[in-house]
Amino acid sequence: MLQLAWLLLAFPAAGALINTFLGSRFSKPTIGWIASGTVAASFVVSLGLLLGLLGLPGEERVITLPLWDWITIGDFRAPTALLIDPLSVTMALVVTGVGALIHVYAIGYMFDDERFQRFFVYLNFFVFAMLILVMSDNFLGMYVGWEGVGLASYLLIGFWFDKRDDTYGYYADAGKKAFLVNRVGDFGMALAIMILWTSLGSVTFLDVFQAAPASLSSGVATAIALLLLLAATGKSAQIPLYVWLPDAMAGPTPVSALIHAATMVTAGIYMIARTHVLWELGPSAANLAAWIGGLTALMAASIALVQVDLKKILAYSTISQLGYMVMGVGVGAYAFGIFHLITHAFFKALLFLAAGNVMHGLHGELDIRKMGGLREKMPTTYRLFLIGALALAGFPLMSGFFSKDGILLNVFGHSPLLYAIGLFTALLTAVYSFRAVFVPFWGQPRDKHLHEHAHESPPIMTRPLWVLAILAIVGGVLNLPFVLTLERWLEPAVGEPSFHPSLALEVSLLLVSAVVALAGIYLAYARYVKEIGWARRLQNALGPLQPLVEHKYYVDEFYDAAIVQPLKALARWFAEVFDPGIIDGSVHLIGRANLAAGERLRRLHNGLVPTYALSIFVGVVVLVMYLVFG
Amino acid sequence: MVPPMLLSILIFLPLLGGVAVALLPGDGAKKQAALAITLLTFLLSLLLLVGWEEGQAGMQFVEDVAWIPDLNIRYHLGVDGISLWLVLLTTLLMPIAVAFSNRYVHRSVGAFMALMLVMEAAIIGVFLALDLVLFYVFWEFSLIPMYFLVGKWGSENRVYAALKFFLYTLAGSALMLVAILALYIQTGTFNVLELQAVDLPLGLQQWIFLAFALAFAVKVPLFPLHTWLPDAHVQAPTAGSVILAGVLLKMGTYGYLRFALPIFPQATVQYSALIGILALIGILYAALVALMQKDIKSLVAYSSVAHLGFVMLGIFALNEQGMSGAVLQMVNHGLSTGALFLLVGMLYERRHTRLLSEFGGLWKSIPVYCFFFLVVAMSSAGLPGLNGFVGEFTILLGAYASRPLFAVIGTSGIILAAWYLLTAFRKVAQGPITKPENEKLPDLSRSEVAMLAPVVILFFVIGLFPNLFLDKINPSVEALAQRPAIQMALQARDEPWLGSVSLEHIALQQESTP
Repeated sequence: MLQLAWLLLAFPAAGALINTFLGSRFSKPTIGWIASGTVAASFVVSLGLLLGLLGLPGEERVITLPLWDWITIGDFRAPTALLIDPLSVTMALVVTGVGALIHVYAIGYMFDDERFQRFFVYLNFFVFAMLILVMSDNFLGMYVGWEGVGLASYLLIGFWFDKRDDTYGYYADAGKKAFLVNRVGDFGMALAIMILWTSLGSVTFLDVFQAAPASLSSGVATAIALLLLLAATGKSAQIPLYVWLPDAMAGPTPVSALIHAATMVTAGIYMIARTHVLWELGPSAANLAAWIGGLTALMAASIALVQVDLKKILAYSTISQLGYMVMGVGVGAYAFGIFHLITHAFFKALLFLAAGNVMHGLHGELDIRKMGGLREKMPTTYRLFLIGALALAGFPLMSGFFSKDGILLNVFGHSPLLYAIGLFTALLTAVYSFRAVFVPFWGQPRDKHLHEHAHESPPIMTRPLWVLAILAIVGGVLNLPFVLTLERWLEPAVGEPSFHPSLALEVSLLLVSAVVALAGIYLAYARYVKEIGWARRLQNALGPLQPLVEHKYYVDEFYDAAIVQPLKALARWFAEVFDPGIIDGSVHLIGRANLAAGERLRRLHNGLVPTYALSIFVGVVVLVMYLVFG
Repeated sequence: MVPPMLLSILIFLPLLGGVAVALLPGDGAKKQAALAITLLTFLLSLLLLVGWEEGQAGMQFVEDVAWIPDLNIRYHLGVDGISLWLVLLTTLLMPIAVAFSNRYVHRSVGAFMALMLVMEAAIIGVFLALDLVLFYVFWEFSLIPMYFLVGKWGSENRVYAALKFFLYTLAGSALMLVAILALYIQTGTFNVLELQAVDLPLGLQQWIFLAFALAFAVKVPLFPLHTWLPDAHVQAPTAGSVILAGVLLKMGTYGYLRFALPIFPQATVQYSALIGILALIGILYAALVALMQKDIKSLVAYSSVAHLGFVMLGIFALNEQGMSGAVLQMVNHGLSTGALFLLVGMLYERRHTRLLSEFGGLWKSIPVYCFFFLVVAMSSAGLPGLNGFVGEFTILLGAYASRPLFAVIGTSGIILAAWYLLTAFRKVAQGPITKPENEKLPDLSRSEVAMLAPVVILFFVIGLFPNLFLDKINPSVEALAQRPAIQMALQARDEPWLGSVSLEHIALQQESTP
């Protein structure tokens, strides 16, 4: 079975190729089901790999499947090979499982789009690239997937490449921004790979991790980890490179769910967990990662509180939740980072797709200030969204509750201050999640016309969501406290947990988390449903901060003024002044001098001026050279 | 199976074919004959792969006969892993460029086709010649057809551009001629292989190296000698641009690998930091200038300067990864930039403008065209999985092993490359259609797809299976990189201002750290 692992990648690749070349002959449902079917087939292969690994004793669950030699120059060797281990198989299950559901949903969501065929080709290509990312057995292969998903993301954000609106500007520009910001991160990964090869002579994960502890100084390891951190902040939308993700919501909603919430953006967390050996050798980089994660979580959650666009709330929520994951892997809780990655994939995909149903039912409207009372019009979507919000808020016993608490527990062992930040963010999370439930779905309709035309979505757009909803509820069993299945399962790939809390600590923090989640939900209830006076006054007290938060702390503006505009000004000066004026100007000066000399010579010889000038020049030089060296 | 004197056939078939084509009656026959000759040359060049001896570093298919015995000038040809793919690149791009011209060139067809064929012969000659005089003859000979192609079939400002191109390169090569003569005076031979074995005094090496380096630098072009290139490209007819960017520029980078580096190893090592710095400036500077271009052809032209900067960076890393990557990247750049110029030409023939502001939203009206544009742009931007990445990454890897700082700066160039390429794609293909003329453009015809398809297929083949190519490049590059003269010069290199460390150095550090 394990020998057939390459089928995992072959299915979505085949789907993309078939739909590219033959899609124009197929009907829309055929195209959609081919695309979904290939991803579902990959999911089956992933299940097979899971069973295959489970049949082996723990220490043998790391298998390399070589495919071909990719690049060989001298001592440099980069193979094309798959690494089948608990971590990669877990990621493959999430990618193909959640991916297949979203593909099915998209058949309904995109049905009326004129570029339906192209959409599914891109979606299949994305799954293919993402599987390369998580299955490669070496850094360079991971880099292929890393940039491949970037291309898919670029194409899908700018899918409606001719559209523009006030929120995003031209959608195509949002796609371009995503690709370029990610390239800044990729710069880090490319350099990290160069350092790794120069220091250790290999780019294969297993070789590197085996050799690193003995032959990598902590300085070099820290440098590598910092570069990898840069890469992670790009792909996983952390400070300072998170700015592309909110704009990425210009893409169709299934894309937001699949790529910009459930899978691609988690690549950074996967990568850190995968390279954990390097982070353990460079602990200061890991510590920085933890703080970046914590601060990103806090900052993004605060922005999510004031957004009025349903998808943007979810986008900032995604940044914030990714912050938790980065914080988790930063403090060495790799298994919990992956655990939260999985539960987040369930509930955030659910939330996005439910938001897609809202958007679908309201003809593209996403401003929550215009909604209200939607639960009567869209009861199923409401229930689905509520389940997602409960999981996101960390409502006790929902999947998100366990995974977030696991991270917070480990952060507590690392730094109580960072824990406090994480806990406060959890409070904000509960508030904004339920603001997104109460404002659109409860109360009275705010826009009568919009409300009258609102409708529930067809079954193809609700049934896949029930699967996600169930997973969002029960996903916590993957790693029940005191049973620790996921942690133990991932051990061969990410090592043993470094932090062993006492039972008392574990239980008390669990209780604190539960109280905080409930308090946050109540806060949202008091403010947005009951409109109780103190809740309003609390918000008014924070009023002075509101413009700052609404403008997302002016980070986009800062980058534009500090980096983009100066670079463009420099480029313009180069292109319009320096290159034609100074460089080419000097060339012309030399040319004119030669021509002037030629004018005088022409009186002696009639002929082609430059030729004569040159032959004389050559003659003189030959003479000089001969005299010097002869 | 492989005919004798294959290399001579590859040179003389297009040369004599060019003469014959000019004499044929009727434009149609001329066009068909030119295409047939270039295709036949391509097929024959594939025999190089058939008869190739794997794993051999030295020259293959060697032909060596006396030409001017009194001066010891010989007709000496050979091909190795460094020149093999450049020859094949030339023979592949030529029929594509001719096929394109068959559609769109209507003025003085016979002369046009004859010049293209003669140019092919000259370029192949440059890559095959192992005698400095023979090399110089081919080198100069390749100039003349391009001069006329730009000057006669070019756009509005063609005469200026053609003259600039001609004088600029001629000035460079005049110095090279002097250097060749000086070498002969010193050693009594023009034989490149013999010269490689001669141990020249360092002072002489420096002077002659600089003369060669200048000639090659103009051709590459290396910053700040690049300003002839945008003019020549913008004014040249499409086929001229394809060949100019695709192959002619590589004569410069090839020159460094074949002549400058092996004959003047110490001087090469000495000047490698300087040339590396110029290459880096070229990478960043040309990318920024490209970003601001309003004319799409000049955008592609500046992108060439940036890309060739990578090739130079790889060559002057002076290790296997950098140099093999550079050879592969020459082919990659030839394919991707050749394809870009074809695409620009196809657009020009439809709209008769090259201004980016005239386009926008073409993905809606001509989706197949835009699909090809995107793939080519991604190849040029170095997307992994396509060809450009393999070359660029191994170049940077080599650069890192040689001078880490260079690799750091060079890697930031890949961010800028994505910036200007995506900006070009954004302006051409994305956004709404703003000009009514763009609404009803015909999409690519079958024959146009047929011109682009082989190139795009090669993007994937090289991107996914680069070892098919590297296996033949590596032995020759390895032999070059490991020559004692270069190794010793590298060991003695003293560049504390660059923070350079050799591999051995790092290994020592590792041992000393607990």
